[in-house]
Amino acid sequence: MRANPISRGRLFPAHKLWLVALLALAAVLSVTIVAVAQDSTPRPVTDDQVNAVARGLYCPVCENIPLDVCPTTACAQWRELIRVKLAQGWTGVQIKQYFVDQYGDRVLATPPARGLNWLVYVVPPAAILAGVYILYRAFQTWRKPVLAIPPVASTQGEPTTIDNQYIVRIEEELKKR
Amino acid sequence: MVANFGFGTLVVTFLVALYGVGAAIYGGRKNSQPWIESARLAMLLTWPLLTVTALCLIYLLVTGRYELAFVSSVTSNSMPFYLRITALWGGQAGSLVFWSWLMSAFASAVTLRKWDRDREFLPWVIVVALVTLAFFLIMILFFENPFDRLWQTPAGDVRTAMFQPAGALLLNQADGRGLNPLLRHPGMIIHPPMLYLGFVSFVIPFAFAIAALVTGRTDDRWIRITRRWTLVAWLFLSLGLLLGSRWAYDVLGWGGYWGWDPVEIAAFLPWLTGTAFVHSVMIQEKRGMLKRWNMVLIILTYALVIFGTFLTRSGVLSSVHAFAQSAIGPLFFGFIGLTFITSLALLLNRWESLKSDAQMTSLFSREALFLLNNLLFLSIAIVCFWGVIFPLISELVTNQKITVGPPFYQRATAPLFAGLLLLMGIAPLSAWGKSTVRTLGRAIWKPFLFSLVVLVLALVAGVRNLAALLGFWLCGFVVAITLYEFWRGTLARHRKSDESLPLALWRLASRNRRRYGGYTVHLGVVLMAIGIIGSQLFQTQTQGTIPQGGSLSLDNYTLTYKSLDNWDTPDGRNVARATVMVSKNGQNLGDLHPRRDYYYEAQQPMTIPGVRSTWEDDFYVLLVDWQPISSEGATFKIYHNPLINWLWFGGFVFILGIMIAAWPDKEPETVSEQVRRQAYLPAKT
Amino acid sequence: MENQTTSNLSDAVVQEAPPRSRPRWGRVLAWVALMTLLVIVFLQLRRTQEGPVQVGQAAPIFPLTTFDGQNYNLADLKGKVVVVNFWASWCKPCEQEAADLESAWQFYKPRGDVVFLGVDYVDTEPEAKAYLQKFNITYPNGPDLRGRASQAYRIGGVPETYIIDRNGKLAYVQIGPFSSLSNIRAVIDPVVGK
Repeated sequence: MRANPISRGRLFPAHKLWLVALLALAAVLSVTIVAVAQDSTPRPVTDDQVNAVARGLYCPVCENIPLDVCPTTACAQWRELIRVKLAQGWTGVQIKQYFVDQYGDRVLATPPARGLNWLVYVVPPAAILAGVYILYRAFQTWRKPVLAIPPVASTQGEPTTIDNQYIVRIEEELKKR
Repeated sequence: MVANFGFGTLVVTFLVALYGVGAAIYGGRKNSQPWIESARLAMLLTWPLLTVTALCLIYLLVTGRYELAFVSSVTSNSMPFYLRITALWGGQAGSLVFWSWLMSAFASAVTLRKWDRDREFLPWVIVVALVTLAFFLIMILFFENPFDRLWQTPAGDVRTAMFQPAGALLLNQADGRGLNPLLRHPGMIIHPPMLYLGFVSFVIPFAFAIAALVTGRTDDRWIRITRRWTLVAWLFLSLGLLLGSRWAYDVLGWGGYWGWDPVEIAAFLPWLTGTAFVHSVMIQEKRGMLKRWNMVLIILTYALVIFGTFLTRSGVLSSVHAFAQSAIGPLFFGFIGLTFITSLALLLNRWESLKSDAQMTSLFSREALFLLNNLLFLSIAIVCFWGVIFPLISELVTNQKITVGPPFYQRATAPLFAGLLLLMGIAPLSAWGKSTVRTLGRAIWKPFLFSLVVLVLALVAGVRNLAALLGFWLCGFVVAITLYEFWRGTLARHRKSDESLPLALWRLASRNRRRYGGYTVHLGVVLMAIGIIGSQLFQTQTQGTIPQGGSLSLDNYTLTYKSLDNWDTPDGRNVARATVMVSKNGQNLGDLHPRRDYYYEAQQPMTIPGVRSTWEDDFYVLLVDWQPISSEGATFKIYHNPLINWLWFGGFVFILGIMIAAWPDKEPETVSEQVRRQAYLPAKT
Repeated sequence: MENQTTSNLSDAVVQEAPPRSRPRWGRVLAWVALMTLLVIVFLQLRRTQEGPVQVGQAAPIFPLTTFDGQNYNLADLKGKVVVVNFWASWCKPCEQEAADLESAWQFYKPRGDVVFLGVDYVDTEPEAKAYLQKFNITYPNGPDLRGRASQAYRIGGVPETYIIDRNGKLAYVQIGPFSSLSNIRAVIDPVVGK
């Protein structure tokens, strides 16, 4: 800090100047915040912002239709509600939670991982792993050397007269085609 | 009169079907040819009868006999002629008749083939086909009769019945309610018939599988007979799914083509197991393995077909696709219960006799990779099935409805689909029986380099999304390998036979239809994958209300609202048609006309987008709301869908590939056909 | 006959193979899985087939917090006749009966033993309040939070009215709007009179 009468002076030592500046800034900020909070004119909310929130929600009445494309009057009302809430400063997460409280879990695109709903996320991986295991075991058995079974018996269910043995052999040949 | 006649043919068909079932069972057990032949004739009789039924119903639809409940629910005076015919499948009752007609057509076609070698199968195939037909006819006759009339009872309310209830008067209406506006689009006209064709044609392989289980002839014969049927069934099912997606994109107005709606998934499930079957059946043919698994797959595919149909029509699932709730639910449930239990019992009964001498020498052999392919397809099917079933379970247990939506399916199936893409690339290079990492590696390195080039290009184009990069790289990889295969084969043939390159390619493909048809299908899949990656991962949208002359921008495009026209059409709707100008980077690209149709009688609006399509992307504009010429202007929603037209083109290539693969081979067949005929002495009793 | 010999043959061949105990639990699992699926589907089908709660059955109990913040619970209202009306602001037929319902309420209010409860089905608060103001409705109305009440009564749509007698049993179910005030009174009077 350059030496100047004020900073060197006893009347306004440097750190006290900073303190005053800080307090002034705080005062200005708090007035601004209060003014903004009390500002009742709603901030203009764009359709895109409404759609961004609505896209993550589902129509509470019609099944399996996202809220941003649902054409019914009820859905239009809900989109308006989202617009109002966004203008009031609610976040997307808060609005979603509000919808869940009002209309139940069905408005969410995926079930909240609670209680029974854990099964949604757990069962498919478990089933797939079971499938992998079955395949693995199958590979193991198939890679073990297998005793050669005579071709006639391998096509079980065929009557074993002479004509039909011939046919069976033809069949084998044709299979290899 | 016509209605009574149509109803009469339905009753007669039902009785004939019942007779056929009895005759076939008796003939099959006693091995009595006259009874079996009688059953076959009964089977053949059902189709002309049902054709008469369908024609009667179409006549009633076209002439507008609104005293019939079905006719008044799907037609109206303002509907054009062609729509009145297609209204046949616009409602539950008519679509059941259509379904039955298709089933009798397929079953009759199968019974008309040469049965010399497979006499044992015939009675049981007839039994399965006729039992299924009988069930559908019961549903029609007793629950969803399209010939039911509307009666006004003395008490004042309206009842539906075939014949006059006591004291009631026929309710003659001047007009009907009309077809759901969503169903009036050309895509919608063709989508249900294609899907029904796909569904119904799976009855035939199933019937043969059951016949094989019942007779104990569990060798490859049943598969050889039905191989082409299954391919054709799979073709129709694929076509139905593709057309449904295209229709959703064109008409439903949400900028997408697949919503992971439970009813969409119900149609997708049999396609997944069907695709798995199409691959694993080749293993059985080449290596004699997997007899049990193929049996399971066919039964599973058919089971999923009827399960999906049940879910859609019974009201258990509700969605934009589902039919209105109907009383056929319990009966249909009985039918699927019977089918599932009988199939499982027969399968387990013959389980040991289906054992095959399987041997797997290498984990990189084609059969191993095909098995991996099966695992992936079944895994996707499990995910989708669980996503559809779980809300039902949850509602039963917790009494709360939940939604399992796209995020679940997308996250779960994306890695599985990526795995399938990778397999699609590697598998054609592996050999049946023996294949090692080295042999595979030797075959792969050139296409692999090419795919890296694709990856670099994608990076240069500005793609930073990891999933997209991986996807594009895989696509490049598969394209490289597939085209390389075509090239290698063509080159070899060209060198050997001195044909010109195009001729060599043509001859090559027609000699090996299955192989090169399959490669074409894979190419189609890759093109579709490119379209899906582009449109799913890079879609952007915006919405805004602009006054006349105002603009909206999205990415590099600008939309300017020029004007709006509003008029009433003769077929009962009000059309609001906006004219907007599209420009990109300042350059005028022309006008689009998004519109909104409001159907007065159905009180339903329909938004039809104005779309500018190029290979690069789609610029998709919807007229969301409108004000009569005022300072408010109009609200537009714009979607930018990059690369989406690759999806439709890829679908076309896909179908083309299946047709190439399914096309009957002429030359080789005749030789072996002769051999077979001479070698086999028919065991005529 | 031929078929029987062949299956005997195949059985004979198979019996030479070592016995496998593994398939046993596989079969059991397959049957269990199939039966579970059928049961689930059957139960769900039954649920969709049954209509709303029927007359004579015990009326499902639910809490209701009105738009003014008051709390009601059907359980506490035993001994009184309760008229539960499901409505929504986006429902056109509901408007037909709204004025009549209010008049009916005014008629039964002095008695003190008839309670009218309006349950707002899947609606938004501002619209609901506007609707209530439009028809000057004074009886308690609250949103159907999480859809509990509507799911408990298995309503098929709005408007629907359920009249519960003093013992907590359903005395009358009205699907759709009431046609007139006298219609409403004709339905409530017998329940009150008992």
